[in-house]
Amino acid sequence: MTDIRDYRSSLVDPASRRFETFSYLPPMSDAAIRKQVEYIVSRGWNPAIEHTEPENAFDHYWYMWKLPMFGETDVDAILSEAEACHKAHPGNHVRLIGYDNYAQSQGAAMVVFRAPDHG
Amino acid sequence: MTKTYNAGVREYRETYWMPEYTPSDTDILACFKITPQPGVPREEAAAAVAAESSTGTWTTVWTDLLTDLEYYKGRAYAIEDVPGDDECFYALIAYPIDLFEEGSVVNVFTSLVGNVFGFKAVRALRLEDVRFPIAYVMTCNGPPHGIQVERDIMNKYGRPLLGCTIKPKLGLSAKNYGRAVYECLRGGLDFTKDDENVNSQPFMRWRQRFDFVMEAVHKAERETGERKGHYLNCTAPTPDEMFKRAEHAKELGAPIIMHDYLTGGFCANTGLAQWCRDNGLLLHIHRAMHAVLDRHPRHGIHFRVLAKALRLSGGDHLHTGTVVGKLEGDREATLGWIDLLRESYIKEDRSRGIFFDQDWGSMPGVFAVASGGIHVWHMPALVTIFGDDAVLQFGGGTLGHPWGNAAGAAANRVALEACVQARNEGRHLEKEGKDILTNAAKASPELATAMETWKEIKFEFDTVDKLDVVHR
Repeated sequence: MTDIRDYRSSLVDPASRRFETFSYLPPMSDAAIRKQVEYIVSRGWNPAIEHTEPENAFDHYWYMWKLPMFGETDVDAILSEAEACHKAHPGNHVRLIGYDNYAQSQGAAMVVFRAPDHG
Repeated sequence: MTKTYNAGVREYRETYWMPEYTPSDTDILACFKITPQPGVPREEAAAAVAAESSTGTWTTVWTDLLTDLEYYKGRAYAIEDVPGDDECFYALIAYPIDLFEEGSVVNVFTSLVGNVFGFKAVRALRLEDVRFPIAYVMTCNGPPHGIQVERDIMNKYGRPLLGCTIKPKLGLSAKNYGRAVYECLRGGLDFTKDDENVNSQPFMRWRQRFDFVMEAVHKAERETGERKGHYLNCTAPTPDEMFKRAEHAKELGAPIIMHDYLTGGFCANTGLAQWCRDNGLLLHIHRAMHAVLDRHPRHGIHFRVLAKALRLSGGDHLHTGTVVGKLEGDREATLGWIDLLRESYIKEDRSRGIFFDQDWGSMPGVFAVASGGIHVWHMPALVTIFGDDAVLQFGGGTLGHPWGNAAGAAANRVALEACVQARNEGRHLEKEGKDILTNAAKASPELATAMETWKEIKFEFDTVDKLDVVHR
């Protein structure tokens, strides 16, 4: 049994809480985040930023940061909005979304700034 | 013009072979692969199939003259060689839409694959494809919710979903079964699944299973902060019993239930799909018995037809085979029926075995489910083949992890997310898969252990039912 590792996760530990796509990977580097933004732009999706207190992350609706950036293809502009949201709400998760208006869905959604103590 | 009555037997081709016919936009079109009895001409065999699957019987009857058979008859309008098999040929048959009850997959199949399949003039018969005109599609309810609504309900975007069938498939008590579910979900899976054989046996009645499983689902949701589900199998001996189980699943707050559409039957399935639309539950569809119907290259019903039938009858998920795992499935043919499940317009493409353009209009799409003998090493290929709108189900590949289900689930989740991230970065998953997984495993001891456990397992048998390809 010594070879078997315990799977650490519990109700009392906030760090056990995940936030969907890419939340089982280590936090992305700036360069890695840039590539995901480039992917959203290359697919023709509309970027958007949302944020929330980690304890309310289960909700379908997070706080919208301004409006979705319709038609924005400048990767630096998109990244700077994400950073601005993070600076304004350092204790919150900040999520990057790519709205696919043809599928009427989100083609991508990922947390790019994690709240403290969430990996 | 009046006709006179002449009793007796006429050749089918006099009435039902119409090479000059141009199919109407509202016709239901079928492609049959016919293996005729020796000495039966192709045109006669094709006409016989058209007749026996529509208005004809073996002899002329006087009541034929009381209706306009010229309008109602099926029409064999073309014959084609089968690439690679000289003993068979394809017959294309058009049926007027009025032959079929609106919104009834049951009725369509009772005609198309009814008595005609036992007909002596053909040695073997296979329904290869069916074109459902948009006029007929619009009479069917289709998937209760579809891909887009399921993503919103479950809050899963930008990646395939992950599932696992709980094993052993038979014999666990309800409480132990719920334990296995909880461990999988807390480790990072989106869904777990009842095995198709699990209905309500003496070792585990359905009500206790539903109760314990939903406690597991709800606790895993609180623990992980993510939305979870378990496909509660409502397949039952009678429709009343099926709906009773579905109602209890709803009372427990289950987001999704499950049905076996072939053994349960199209009547039950269409009814349950309507119930799911009305009650807001997702519907996972298993396909037990499909290989009896679809595996033989010369006889039966091709799976692409069964897949279309399910989309019409209703389901939000359908098992499609994995291409890479332990179960049968040719890659190009599988890609063809995955498109038929998910896209809104699919063009004829013989290289994928698709004989007709198919327009689904606004009917929702169905998630393709890949399940059977797959593990973390298959992840790069699965993400490439299936794209995002799929549920990848690792049964043994989760439960068989040396550290248990939660670790197995986490290994699969890490592998999946690493592959999706790499794909988005423009990397070639099937070529660079090993590097991608090895790198991801540096931060995940669960994945490293899974990779070590299954590094030698392959399933390399040739498929029995291949696409027909030229041999001459």
